[in-house]
Amino acid sequence: MAEDVVAPLAGKVLSIAVAVGDAVEEDDEVLVLEAMKMETVVYAPSDGTVTALRVAVGDQVEEDDPLVTIGE
Amino acid sequence: MAFLDQLGVPAVTPGMVVMWAIGLTLIHLAVHRRYEPLLLLPIGFGILIANLPLTGLMTPGEGLIWRFYHYGVEWEVIPPLIFLGLGAHTDFGPLLSQPRLIFLGAAAQGGVYVAFFAAHAFGFSLEEAAAIGIIGGADGPTTIFLAAQLAPELLGACAVAAYSYMALVPIIQPPIMRLLTTERERAIRMKRARKVTVREKLLFPIVAAMGIVLLVPASAPLIAMFMLGNLFRESKVVERLTDTAQNALMNIVTIFLGLSVGATMDAATFLRADVLFIFALGLAAFAFGTAGGVLLAKLMNLFTKDKINPLVGAAGVSAVPMAARVAHQVGAEADRKNYLLMFAMGPNLAGVIGTVVAAGIFLTMLG
Repeated sequence: MAEDVVAPLAGKVLSIAVAVGDAVEEDDEVLVLEAMKMETVVYAPSDGTVTALRVAVGDQVEEDDPLVTIGE
Repeated sequence: MAFLDQLGVPAVTPGMVVMWAIGLTLIHLAVHRRYEPLLLLPIGFGILIANLPLTGLMTPGEGLIWRFYHYGVEWEVIPPLIFLGLGAHTDFGPLLSQPRLIFLGAAAQGGVYVAFFAAHAFGFSLEEAAAIGIIGGADGPTTIFLAAQLAPELLGACAVAAYSYMALVPIIQPPIMRLLTTERERAIRMKRARKVTVREKLLFPIVAAMGIVLLVPASAPLIAMFMLGNLFRESKVVERLTDTAQNALMNIVTIFLGLSVGATMDAATFLRADVLFIFALGLAAFAFGTAGGVLLAKLMNLFTKDKINPLVGAAGVSAVPMAARVAHQVGAEADRKNYLLMFAMGPNLAGVIGTVVAAGIFLTMLG
């Protein structure tokens, strides 16, 4: 089952640590958001494989926007 | 011999040399440690230049920097203009989405009053005590605004204390926050806030300006400009004004503010035992404010279903957005997937308003 990793807060995508096809484990770093001039790391909510990147570096995202999709 | 009388060198006093060291320390902190460089750099240079003899720069009615100080600070022009820029920078969304967190911003002002009474008990006049207490709000422009009116002789010391403590938020606050909370409380994940509509954000600065100024008219200069800047931002129809308030105007007045605040700190007014006291009382005010916010959050948790992470209470001291970042970081130590930043911005913004209201109350009582 595919699961979206959503933005925990509004901010700018600073870097993306995964690529489509990568296997990730729960709590692996997925990407880094910048909000209020502070870097916030977003972690994988579950084990799986990255099936889609929904954002690119530099994108401005709102809270709850999908960032990355993780499938089994 | 008349030429020798005009030379600055023989007129240098030991006190001036001490002030040079203080000025150079602030410049060092600004350049190498990046502690509030936009302010500490001009303040540090202002201190240096004001402690050179025979320059006349701060001579009333004549001196260049005196004019900046007189028309900018004494006439209450610059702090409200800084607030215009802050308003244009501020997104009140986090505050509007969780209005109950406003109380934390109010509780964190407790430190202001603790320091006020403590300073008065230690022999400062009521006016001086108010200027010292407001340091606990960790809000530079408000401190300057209040001190310029109630205790101009303490303005330099109070301003430097306020900006120093703002820069030291990440060092001062975390031990107090950890002391007053359990690991489990620090790991509390807060329920997602509701979305705030565009209309709410547009109406907020108008309603807040009217409401606060009707209650505390003396806070009008700061609150009116703060909310005007925010109205620029949220109306989205005056991008040029928003941009000017946020950047060009803010930068211009910051230069004059920093330089003239620094220049008020000449050796005779600054090198006194009670100035050290001001720094100690200011620190106590700040520590009590941090504790007040955390403790009120814990108290509210006794009565509410959706638990508040008490760390966000510490952000109720102003220092935007540094105190909110600290709440987020201390929370992430307990649970790295806990994102407290936006929750902490609510009390943080309420703290700014709370400090201005506290200053307004002091002005009403003592001005």
